[in-house]
Amino acid sequence: MTAQPLLTHDVCELEPVTDKREGEERGKVRILVIEDDIEAATYVVKGLRESGHIVDHAGDGEEGVTLALSGTYDVMVVDRMLPKRDGLSVVEALRENADATPVLFLSALGEVDDRVKGLRAGGDDYLTKPFAFAELLARIEVLARRANPDSVQTKLSVGDLELDLLTRKVQRAGQDIDLQPREFRLLEYLMKHSGQVVTRTMLLENVWEYHFDPQTNVIDVHISRLRSKIDKNFGEPLLHTIRGAGYSLRAAD
Amino acid sequence: MLLTNLLKTSTFRLAVIYLALFVTSVIALLGYIYWNTAGFLARQTDQAVEAEIQGLAEQYAQGGLPLLVHTVIQRSRDPRQSLYLVLDPRGNMLAGNLDSKPAALQGPDGYVEFNYQRRTMEGVERHAARARYIELPEGFFLLVGRDVEERRNIESLITASLIWAVALTLGLGLIGGLIMSRNMLARLDDINRTSREIMRGDLARRIPVSGTGDELDQLAGNLNNMLEQIEALMMGMREVTDNVAHDLRSPLNRLRNRLEVTLMKPASEADYKDVLEKTISEADHLLATFNALLSIARAEARSSREAMVDVDISALVLDAVELYEPVAEEAELTLKADVPEGLKLFANREILSQAIANLIDNAIKHGRKGEEGGEITVKAALAHGRVVLSVSDNGPGIPEADRARVLERFVRLEASRNTPGSGLGLSLAAAAARLHNGRITLSDAEPGLCVTLSLPV
Repeated sequence: MTAQPLLTHDVCELEPVTDKREGEERGKVRILVIEDDIEAATYVVKGLRESGHIVDHAGDGEEGVTLALSGTYDVMVVDRMLPKRDGLSVVEALRENADATPVLFLSALGEVDDRVKGLRAGGDDYLTKPFAFAELLARIEVLARRANPDSVQTKLSVGDLELDLLTRKVQRAGQDIDLQPREFRLLEYLMKHSGQVVTRTMLLENVWEYHFDPQTNVIDVHISRLRSKIDKNFGEPLLHTIRGAGYSLRAAD
Repeated sequence: MLLTNLLKTSTFRLAVIYLALFVTSVIALLGYIYWNTAGFLARQTDQAVEAEIQGLAEQYAQGGLPLLVHTVIQRSRDPRQSLYLVLDPRGNMLAGNLDSKPAALQGPDGYVEFNYQRRTMEGVERHAARARYIELPEGFFLLVGRDVEERRNIESLITASLIWAVALTLGLGLIGGLIMSRNMLARLDDINRTSREIMRGDLARRIPVSGTGDELDQLAGNLNNMLEQIEALMMGMREVTDNVAHDLRSPLNRLRNRLEVTLMKPASEADYKDVLEKTISEADHLLATFNALLSIARAEARSSREAMVDVDISALVLDAVELYEPVAEEAELTLKADVPEGLKLFANREILSQAIANLIDNAIKHGRKGEEGGEITVKAALAHGRVVLSVSDNGPGIPEADRARVLERFVRLEASRNTPGSGLGLSLAAAAARLHNGRITLSDAEPGLCVTLSLPV
């Protein structure tokens, strides 16, 4: 079965990934979006392309499996409820074929139970509808990086900021920085994803293991505390607020 | 009510089985009575006859035929109901009060049953008799018997009463069974009819309770309680829908108006961008409200009960405190935790975390602010088999009259209209308490508000 363009909207026409070099350009991620809701797919595909990524789209589970197995993708975005073959079984099929491409599930089912089912079926992340596009983008980029994991690191560094996972010491410009355990985990997560945008929800999920949004923006306060420890009194700020999305830890080029 | 319907009821079947048992017992009882009355009379007659034959046989042995005939003649005059007959070998009557030898043959018990003509003052009557005879040596014949007419009458009287008794028992039992099952059926019909009416949508209907407190009343009571709960849930749903409509409609309307007004006249790119950003933040707010509603629905769903595990409550509470500590500090509030180690509870971690977080969030929002001495205390303890979690502030508190109301969805007291929030935080905590079979109480922290979750271990 060949990939049939389901979307007639011009922005969403399928562009099969043929030029490998294009995909290898820095920061570009090859993404397969398997989503049957045309409007949602249009919006996701358009947004991802405008963010500089290469996107294919499949409108049902069968087509999704075919495309996924024939192409090379860095990340797949899979809706849970799909015609012909549901999202869980699509991912199970891929995993049976030794395809380890990171998968992000999109679902209107937001219960912890569904999340667990999704992750157990071989998904790598789970995003509940409705979501902010920035959230999806940030997660896709994090997943794409995870696909090529560096060798196990015990020391992380961004600019002149260093974090030692073994001694649990943090230094900036050679100066010791004293962090609370949670601040350490927060910084560790930010450093592991340095250069990428991490959202508040990602931080809540990964640093605090909370899968709900607190009514107050508690993360902002934690970030500002951390910022006062790692950025204050040092020249160039490393921890940046990305408006409408989240935060990013990065050194100036 | 159709008769066939009645016969199909389990009550009637039960009544019939009981009736059969009862009739069997009655028959056994009456049989015993019969044996003791009519049977006794019969045995007495036979014994008397036997004794007399014995006596006469002795007379014969002592004085030969003449003494026998003499005795029989004497005894025959006795007005009692003994019957005698002595015949010579040729069949001529020598003595006795019977006309002739009875035609009937001797039965297997050695007795003959026959009828004879009895001469009385009023004339001749046909009477039943029972007798026994023996052949004397030399061909003489002796018969001794009793008039059993009276006994027969008593016997038939007894038999008739016994038959009537059985018939009456059967008849009354049957009628009683029918009436009983009819009553039962009528009450079940009431329940069925009411159920149908309720299914047709008349939720206010209730099943009539007879007031006897029997099983059917208990059933009716339970069904009524169930209906009460269903109705309350329906009312709750309606209320939520109304509240959702109200609380989501205004921001949606605002959002729409803003976009519309922006489109009315050309604006600079910066203006458009500004409006779009405001729109996004409003949409985010809407989504947050929506998510809070979903969380409550989730806490109330059965599946949340299935997702329960053993949770380290101490760690869970301390994590929430740690999460909010910087926020409290920023609001110039002291967040204190009084949590012993190792509190465990079989719980839904996600929902309970969120409930605690919401309570702390609320306390930070409504606690004493901008002044010295603002304080929030989070406590956890094990008391009387319950895990008791409480969050108290020393802010203005909630007047007692409003406390029950704030647990409802979307209720935000006028005093807090200007603080951010969806009005769902406490509702979720209440739902979480219900999910864990516990309760939530709001009390006066003097000053301030103390919210307590008490969850059974």
